[in-house]
Amino acid sequence: MALKHGLAAAVLALLGAGGLVAQEKRSGLDYMTPETRAMQEDDMSNPGMLFIAEGEGLWQAPAGAANIACSGCHGTAAQSMRGTATRYPAIEESTRRPIDLAGRINLCRQTQQKAQAFPAESPELLALTAYVAHQSRGMPIAPPADDRLTPYRKSGRDLFERRLGQLGLSCAACHEGHAGQRLGGSIIPQAHPTAYPLYRLEWQTLGSLQRRLRNCMTGMRAEPFAHGAPELIALEAYLMSRATGLPIETPGVRP
Amino acid sequence: MTRALINTPKQAQQGEVIEIRAMIAHVMETGHRRDAQGAAVPRNIIHRFQCLYDDVEIFAADFYPAMAANPFIAFSTVATTSGVLTFAWTDDQGTIQRATAEITVV
Ligand code: HEC
Ligand code: HEC
Repeated sequence: MALKHGLAAAVLALLGAGGLVAQEKRSGLDYMTPETRAMQEDDMSNPGMLFIAEGEGLWQAPAGAANIACSGCHGTAAQSMRGTATRYPAIEESTRRPIDLAGRINLCRQTQQKAQAFPAESPELLALTAYVAHQSRGMPIAPPADDRLTPYRKSGRDLFERRLGQLGLSCAACHEGHAGQRLGGSIIPQAHPTAYPLYRLEWQTLGSLQRRLRNCMTGMRAEPFAHGAPELIALEAYLMSRATGLPIETPGVRP
Repeated sequence: MTRALINTPKQAQQGEVIEIRAMIAHVMETGHRRDAQGAAVPRNIIHRFQCLYDDVEIFAADFYPAMAANPFIAFSTVATTSGVLTFAWTDDQGTIQRATAEITVV
């Protein structure tokens, strides 16, 4: 507890220091140690690649009552899924609401394969999502110019800038006001969702952007939004528009 | 299903020192954690890694708790003849996962 209070005090002292600073857009990758960067950049030492291999297996495996594989309809992912991750979340026509990539995959699983949706954060859903997103690695984030997304991006931005939780912090206080500075042992990145699902060394496994956002909310002593909550999709829609132009890195590695 | 990534040169000169890198998906459960109900989660780590070059052991290692999940290991050997490298990881549940890689020596 003493440590936690100390940390909170350190945060508050830090946040008193200055306002928002206009900065160049930088991926979290840029703030990492050379060792962690090297781990991400070499496919042979990037543990996320184990999940890409798993995702490729799932892509080709027939599933559900329809007994058909993703590849049965979409063919080679390298062609059909190239660029897909750069433009999610997108509006899903049947509900006219934004859906993230994992949600889109689960939709195909239910409506096309006639199978049970994979649970949030399950190894299968993470592996398939990472495999699909990996097909866009190196491509710039390019959110769709779809006016129907505007209100969601706006509510995501409101959430990002609003004070949440017992410490009275907003996401922006850390990720815009103090990006590049230290919080305890960690460097505060600008919060660009470029590399998800990614392998976090602290998690010892692959995790989704929603898991990351929930972690930050816990750190703010706010009650995290549930997996799949519209607030998390809105935050993602805002973060993706804010990250426009940065290349997709999936599978990223983060400390 | 074995989920392992093996990196060895496909081809090497006779007598050349080659680097071998292997990574496998495994939780490496330490045995020190408790689940949501408070029950101890039994230890399940890979405790033995072995590499055979045409059935002859050329490298082996014992692993202990406190190793990270998805262990990565790198070592080197001398390319002698064209053949098969076999990798085996044995965990506390007795599961042995295997992978192979071929090498051509010229
Ligand atoms: C007290 C400061 C603080 C607050 C407030 C905070 N974060 Fe973070 N956030 C961090 C730190 C520190 C990291 C990096 C952790 C690490 O490297 O282990 C991080 C990481 C992230 C990342 C991952 C970036 C990457 O490169 O993968 C995202 C996205 C993110 N935060 C979004 C948010 C959102 C959205 C909120 C508000 C709900 C928020 N954060 C609130 C400190 C904060
Ligand atoms: C029976 C055929 C069928 C199967 C099987 C199927 N899909 Fe789809 N998928 C579709 C159709 C149809 C669309 C909508 C295409 C469109 O709107 O352009 C789609 C759309 C998608 C999209 C969105 C593409 C985009 O450009 O926005 C993704 C991602 C996707 N599928 C992934 C998967 C995955 C992963 C699987 C396996 C779990 C899968 N699909 C299985 C037919 C299928």
